[in-house]
Amino acid sequence: MTDRDKTEKKDKKERIPRQPMPEQDPKTRVTNFDEVPLGYSPETAMLEARRCIQCKKPGCVTGCPVDIDIPGFVKLVAEGDFLGAARKIKETNCLPAVCGRVCPQEDQCEKLCILGKKWDPVAIGRLERFVADYERSAGTVEIPALPAPTGRRIAVVGAGPAGLTIAGDLVKMGHGVTIFEALHKAGGVLIYGIPEFRLPKSIVDAEVEYLKKLGVKIVTDAAIGRLKTIDDLFAEGFHAVFLGVGAGAPVFMNIPGENFSGIYSANEYLTRSNLMKAYRFPEYDTPIAKGRNVAVIGGGNVAMDSVRTALRLGAENAYIVYRRTKTEMPARAEEVHHAEEEGVQFKFLTNPIEYIGDERGWVKQMVCQRMELGEPDDSGRRRPAVVKGSEFTIDVDTVVVSVGTMANPVIPMTTPGLETNRWGYIVTKDETGETTRRGVWAGGDIVTGSATVILAMGAGRKAARAIHDYVMSL
Amino acid sequence: MHRITEKVVLSENIVKTVFEAPEIAKKRRAGQFVILMIDDRGERIPLTIVDSDPVKGTLTIIYQVVGKTTDQLARLEPGDVIQHVLGPLGHPTEIDGIRTAVCVGGGVGIGVLYPIAKALKEKGTRVISIIGARTKKMLILEQESRSVSDELHVTTDDGSYGYHGFVSDVLRDLIATGTKIDRVFAIGPVPMMRVVANVTRPHGIKTLVSLNPIMVDGTGMCGACRVTVGGKTKFTCVDGPEFDGHEVDFGLLMSRLQMYAEQEQKARELCRCGNHDR
Repeated sequence: MTDRDKTEKKDKKERIPRQPMPEQDPKTRVTNFDEVPLGYSPETAMLEARRCIQCKKPGCVTGCPVDIDIPGFVKLVAEGDFLGAARKIKETNCLPAVCGRVCPQEDQCEKLCILGKKWDPVAIGRLERFVADYERSAGTVEIPALPAPTGRRIAVVGAGPAGLTIAGDLVKMGHGVTIFEALHKAGGVLIYGIPEFRLPKSIVDAEVEYLKKLGVKIVTDAAIGRLKTIDDLFAEGFHAVFLGVGAGAPVFMNIPGENFSGIYSANEYLTRSNLMKAYRFPEYDTPIAKGRNVAVIGGGNVAMDSVRTALRLGAENAYIVYRRTKTEMPARAEEVHHAEEEGVQFKFLTNPIEYIGDERGWVKQMVCQRMELGEPDDSGRRRPAVVKGSEFTIDVDTVVVSVGTMANPVIPMTTPGLETNRWGYIVTKDETGETTRRGVWAGGDIVTGSATVILAMGAGRKAARAIHDYVMSL
Repeated sequence: MHRITEKVVLSENIVKTVFEAPEIAKKRRAGQFVILMIDDRGERIPLTIVDSDPVKGTLTIIYQVVGKTTDQLARLEPGDVIQHVLGPLGHPTEIDGIRTAVCVGGGVGIGVLYPIAKALKEKGTRVISIIGARTKKMLILEQESRSVSDELHVTTDDGSYGYHGFVSDVLRDLIATGTKIDRVFAIGPVPMMRVVANVTRPHGIKTLVSLNPIMVDGTGMCGACRVTVGGKTKFTCVDGPEFDGHEVDFGLLMSRLQMYAEQEQKARELCRCGNHDR
C-alpha cells in the first residue's frame, strides 16, 4: 500500500460529515408550537456515532458537567444498541432527552471533542437526544435496581434542573427523597420557561415520571417559606435539605411607563404560554396578549424564546431590542439563527428609555436611544454608551422585558442562619454547595445567578455526593 | 386534590365554598390568600382566605361570579374537587397595637374584610365596621360582621336597606363627629377603595387597602400583579396584598385589571353556550 493510498483510506474514514438534523421549514413552523428540530433517524444516528474515534482520554467527558460516559454510549449507538446506550447515559444523567435538546454543547462536551480541532465535533447532543427519544418511544424505559434503603430522608426544594438531578442521584444511593415544588407541575424552567418548540412538555413530564418510578416523591403546590419553613422540614424528620429554587424573580428596568398594560416580564409571558398553555386559549383558560408589534428587550436565550413565541402567537413584527451588537449577545448562536430564519427583526445598539401608553393605559410606543460601544468593562465586554440626541420611537402594542432575573427572597427571609450575598444569592461554603446553615445545601441559579440548565444539574450532582457523605455520618 | 365540603350561595352571585386544605389551614393568618386552579386546563386565580378551621383542615373562600373560572367554581358542589391550591400567600395583616379600627367593606370585599375584623377583635381592638352593597339582596355577612364589631353600619347604594349611600359617606360622618380612629382597613371595588383613601388622607388616618390585581404564579416570579405604590413598583403577591391606600396608584391598577377584558368575555360566553363544557 502506498502512502497515498493510506492517506486516501484515512480521509475516507474521517470524512463522514457531521450529520445535519432535519428541521421544520421556517415558514411552517412559525405557525405552530411543534418542535423545530426533528431528530435523527436510526440510520443517521449510527452514521454520526461512527465518526467518534473513541479517544483514550476523552475531552468530551471533561466538558460534561454531569460526567456522561460519552464514548461509551456513542459506541453503543454505532453498534445499533440504542437501549444499551440509553442505560449507559442514565447511569449518570436522569434527564437525557432534556440535556440533548437544551445544553449549549458547543461550549461543553462538543467544544472539547478532538474532531472539532480539524473537522466538526461529533454531534453528541443530537445523539443523546436520539437515544433518549428512541427509548421513550420504544416504551422500554427500564428502572435500575436500587440499593437497600439507608433510612435517611432528604427534602429537595424546587423541581427545576438542579432539584431533579440531585433527587435522581440521591434516590439511586438508597435515600428517601421528597421534592417540594411551588408550581402545580414539576420541571422549573423546563416546564414554564423553555417553549414547547424547543423542548416539548411531554418529554419533561416523561423524565419527571421516570424519577417518580425511581421512588422520588414530588409534592406540588407547596410554597416552602410560606407553607413550611426549612425548620419545619427538619422538624418533620428530614436529615438534610437541598435548595434548588432558582433565580426566578424578574428584573424590570424601572423606566417610565413600564407598568402599562401589554408590558410583560419574560417570566410572565413564557409562563402563560408554556405552563398555562395560553397559546391554546380558549381551550385552556389562561389568556395572553396576541400583539401585532411585539418588542422583546434583551439578547439572551430567554429573549429568543420570547420573541419566537410572539411570532407563533401571530405577531406581524417581532423585534429583538438589544443595547449591544450581535457579537455580544449571550443567546446560543443556534437560537439566534432560528430566530433570524423565522423573521425576527433585530434592533441592535438600541435601548428603551420610556413607554408611552394610550387612553386605556395600554402601551403604544417605546422611546429608544441609540447606543455605541465604548471601552471594555470589568467583565471584558464593551460597555454601551448613549449616543446623545438619538431618541426615536417604535410603535409597539406588546413588550416583553427579558433583561435577567434575580433571587427570590422568600426562603432566605424565613430561614435563620442562611447567609446570602448582597444580591440575595445563597452563600455556599465551597464547591459542594454547603450553605452556612448545617444540613442545608444549595445549588443552581440561587447560588450562581442565572446560568444554564446543565450547570444547575452539575451543581445538583456535586451536592448529592456531599449530602450522601453527610447523612451517612449522622 | 382538595375536596369541597360545603357550598352556600350568599347572594345573587356571591358564593361561599369550603374545601379541604389541612396544611394551609394550620399555617394561615388573616389577610393571606391562596392561588387555586380548578383543573388541568384551568387558569390560576387568587382568592383571599376568609376563614380556616385547623381542626377540620378546611379553608373558606367567598367570591363573586364574574367570569369563566368563578362561574365554574360556583358550580362545584360538596364532594367535587379543586385540583390545585397554593398557599398561604402574601403577608398577614398587621393587627397589633390598634385601639380603634374602622373596617370598610364593599360587595364581595366584605368577605375579605371579615377575617381581619375578626382578628382585630380577638386582639382587643375596638372595631367599627361599615359594610355596603349596591342593593339589599347583594349584601353578605351582615350577622358575621356584627358578631366581630363593636359598632356596625350598613349601607346600600339604592337605599333598599340601611343607610342610603356609600360606605365612604358613613366614614366621612364618623370622622366629622370626632370619632378617634387609629387605622382604617378598606376592601372592595377599586373605586370604593380610592374614595375611602381620599376621605382619610386629609386627616392623616393610616388606611390599608387589600389589592386584587391579576396574578399568575403568586410567588413573585412573574410580576403580573405589579402595582405602583409611593412611586415604586411592588409585586402584590409577595409585598402585599395590603398597601398604604394613600400611596397606591389606583388608576393604574384599574387599567391593568382590564388587560384581558376581551378574552375574559370570550371565555365566559363559550362557557355559557356549553361549547366548553368539561
